[in-house]
Amino acid sequence: MTDNDVAVVPVRPRSPDDDLNTSKPPSARTRRRTGNTIRSRERWAALSFMAPWLIGLAVITIGPMVYSFYLSFTDYSLGYGEWTGMENYRRMADDSRLAQSVKVTAIYTFVSVPLQLAMALLLAIVLDRGLRGMAFYRSVFYLPSLLGSSVAIAIMWRQIFGTEGLVNQFLALFGIEGQGWVSSPDTALGTLIILHVWTFGSPMIIFLAGLRQIPTMYYEAAKVDGAGPLRRFRSVTLPLLTPIIFFNLVLQVIQSFQSFTQAFIVSGGKGGPADSTLFLTLYLYDQGFTQFNMGYASAIAWLLLAIIAIFTALNFLMSKFWVFYGDND
Amino acid sequence: MTKAPAPERPDNRTEVRAASGAIKKLIFHLLLIAAGMVMIYPLLWMLSASFKPIEEIFSDPGLIPTQWEWSNYSEGWNALPHPFHKYIFNSLIIVAGCILGNLVSCSMAAYAFARLRFPFRGMFFAIMLGTIMLPIHVIIIPQYILFNNIGWVDTFWPLLVPKLLATDAFFVFLMVQFIRGLPKELDEAASIDGCGYWGTYLRVIMPLCMPALATTAIFTFIWTWNDFYSQLIYLRDPDMQTVPLALRLFMDSQGQTSWGALFAMSIVALGPIFGFFLAGQRYLVRGIATTGIK
Repeated sequence: MTDNDVAVVPVRPRSPDDDLNTSKPPSARTRRRTGNTIRSRERWAALSFMAPWLIGLAVITIGPMVYSFYLSFTDYSLGYGEWTGMENYRRMADDSRLAQSVKVTAIYTFVSVPLQLAMALLLAIVLDRGLRGMAFYRSVFYLPSLLGSSVAIAIMWRQIFGTEGLVNQFLALFGIEGQGWVSSPDTALGTLIILHVWTFGSPMIIFLAGLRQIPTMYYEAAKVDGAGPLRRFRSVTLPLLTPIIFFNLVLQVIQSFQSFTQAFIVSGGKGGPADSTLFLTLYLYDQGFTQFNMGYASAIAWLLLAIIAIFTALNFLMSKFWVFYGDND
Repeated sequence: MTKAPAPERPDNRTEVRAASGAIKKLIFHLLLIAAGMVMIYPLLWMLSASFKPIEEIFSDPGLIPTQWEWSNYSEGWNALPHPFHKYIFNSLIIVAGCILGNLVSCSMAAYAFARLRFPFRGMFFAIMLGTIMLPIHVIIIPQYILFNNIGWVDTFWPLLVPKLLATDAFFVFLMVQFIRGLPKELDEAASIDGCGYWGTYLRVIMPLCMPALATTAIFTFIWTWNDFYSQLIYLRDPDMQTVPLALRLFMDSQGQTSWGALFAMSIVALGPIFGFFLAGQRYLVRGIATTGIK
């Protein structure tokens, strides 16, 4: 923590706090004369303010990215590694666990994100009616999305959907005999999808902010034209909300491809049963940090990045067909 | 999505029939309460289960324990190699360091992006936005190799140093947006009064940025406190482990018998987040609404 001061202090003397700026605002003539000095002072100041970020970019982000790309062409394993060319990528083609993990991740994303966003939109529209106690409801629905990524919640989930868990206790009240939802390969992924949907609170807040941006005069105009509530939703709310829906969609797809903690905890760290919850990130962890096949794990990381990039690009391409930006009228 | 009911803003309804309106409202409230109950029932149940004896956890879906088992907490507190406050302490050190690092480094970069002109500013800004979306999984392996080589694995540095270097670009973006909303005349006034860039940053911009700083601090707290992935990778030494790692260890090492104690410690782990949620809700909601992440 003291290192913060270290990061700040040495930079401070370099910033020139003195005469030039303290005098009256430069007239047009002096500005021309001193323009270069002022600009260079500003540049130096900018450099000092940007220094931590620039170092971070080089050492923590870009450097490791480049190195990771290099590693993906080696068989690196803690300390030793040789250039193997495309071998890691060739190996991917025959790796059935990798194929399984791509499949699991894709199902998880494509089922849970639409469900989650639909819930978020539905609740946002209901809450936007300006009911009394709206702030309270909003908090209740938002809370799970703050807690959702924690280990404690994943542990709870494991119990809730366990053989003797809460869900089965409720089912037993109705005389239905449940099963071990987490321990069955058919349903384990489903429990994680439900967990993801449960955290719809944060997109809901974004939808609420978006709904409040829609000018009421549009609704009034639609009403004058005789549009009923459903028609107003379809012709006013929905089109004007599409940019927000798109924003949430892009964000949630990117995030859900990277989910790790819940699957790791709920499956006890293995992605089981029978690899049914083996997310790509779990397989990457397994290869990189359990078996220390860091070269191969780096290749998997780039596969993950490529998948995310492709789907984000697809999202942007498709947005042309359904996202409505009201500017062109 | 199309099935959703239409928004009917009460404020524009001119001919409201009071009676049907009241019934409609009542139905909405009932539905919302039911939905809210489903949402938070698991949390309430876990809270109550943390006080239940073990047989009851596996048989009673209700919320009131028939018998209050306070010993779950003392048992859980001492179930691991270290008492639980050791893990809380470790987590708090990391959280405090990360908050401080983010507040200082992100606000510095944000001030430069929002107020200063320098070469390649547009390009750097684009790169900064890009890094928000960069998955940690792509850089974690080389980072691990780097920190391993300088002997920082099993210390807190791999978790703290990135925050000191403003790698949480989300917060840089948040603060850039906020600073851009501040009137530029203030900077000019400060410069006339003799403030240099650092003076303006420290005495004018930072005090006005309090809401953005609060949002940053609260989000950093919650994300760091919840963070599992990087702690799992960097902290393997039992002495350095944190609350999420302790919970995982607890879950793996205990059988069915200590679910009550495990739930008790889970409640302990969730408590601070809940507290911050209650205290800082305003900032959280604003932070999400303006930038839209988590």
